[in-house]
Amino acid sequence: MDKNMPILIVDDYKTMLRIIRNLLKQLGFDNVDEATDGSTALHRLREKNYGLVISDWNMEPMTGLQLLREVRNDAKLKHIPFVMVTAESKTENVIAAKEAGVTNYIVKPFNAETLKQKLVAVFGNF
Amino acid sequence: MKGLTATPELRQHLDGLRQQSHHQSVSPEEVTRIVEQVLSTMGGEITSTDVKLYRELEGLARFIQNARSEIAQVRPDAISSHDIPSATDELDAVVGATEEATGAILDAAEQLENLTSSLPPEQATVISDVVTRIYEACNFQDVTGQRITKVVRTLKQIEERVSAMLAAFGDELTRMQTDTATPKYNPAAGPSIAPDQVDLLHGPALPDEAKRQAEIDAILASFG
Repeated sequence: MDKNMPILIVDDYKTMLRIIRNLLKQLGFDNVDEATDGSTALHRLREKNYGLVISDWNMEPMTGLQLLREVRNDAKLKHIPFVMVTAESKTENVIAAKEAGVTNYIVKPFNAETLKQKLVAVFGNF
Repeated sequence: MKGLTATPELRQHLDGLRQQSHHQSVSPEEVTRIVEQVLSTMGGEITSTDVKLYRELEGLARFIQNARSEIAQVRPDAISSHDIPSATDELDAVVGATEEATGAILDAAEQLENLTSSLPPEQATVISDVVTRIYEACNFQDVTGQRITKVVRTLKQIEERVSAMLAAFGDELTRMQTDTATPKYNPAAGPSIAPDQVDLLHGPALPDEAKRQAEIDAILASFG
């Protein structure tokens, strides 16, 4: 896999964007863009070819689940791996995300090793 | 009731109150007027049943009046216009303060991480591991922020219900309150969540209820 692929991280908490960015950098992924809500993220996804989306769920006005559905309903975007990183941990949330086409699901708070494992699950060893 | 004749005026009055009760509560004064009108239309002997009915209506009117008085003492206008907005402001401040503090921690951690390139590999690895633990620990700010946002949302719902109750009781409740000096407040309307998303926006679960990553993985794996 190309560690230089653009990654889009989406979260309305700037602190979390920073944490994910830094952890991705430690894993060798330096080409990271940010969005603080689903609408902005969708706009960015339509402008640039991203290799991965890492998104929070609990955002307004567009939630991460709505963003996921938009991505999967868009012929140009639907193949992009989409990892949900969220505090929503109920079974119904995981099922809803899976049915909407999520690639993987990380529950907050998470550690660096979990992030790495989920990325390996998506892309294979790196 | 024996001897009771419902005059057109009484019937009209009752119909009007029936309509009114769909939209707002009936005042004790109205209930008393009805009772007096009923009594005035009664001819002949008043039976013990009539007396009992009158006493029950009188008791009902007194109950309503007492309930309003007790509600007025709770100071719902202050709760709605000051107490809850004040509490939500405090909570918003907590979120802001923790975000700021976490930012400062991350600044320091990033500075440390930048130093690793100039260190011998062994030391660089140790520092890098320590910095990673700092990043992981800073997850807390997001989770606590979401918990607080959940509390703020609940408080705002309570505020809306208190405001609705105030509107239902109208000016009478305001007149009953002993302290008339209340600060004015216009709570800013927050962003709304689409109704179809409300049920899935649970926010962080309590520690003894939250699913661990292994359980999440098991759910995902069950899809094949």
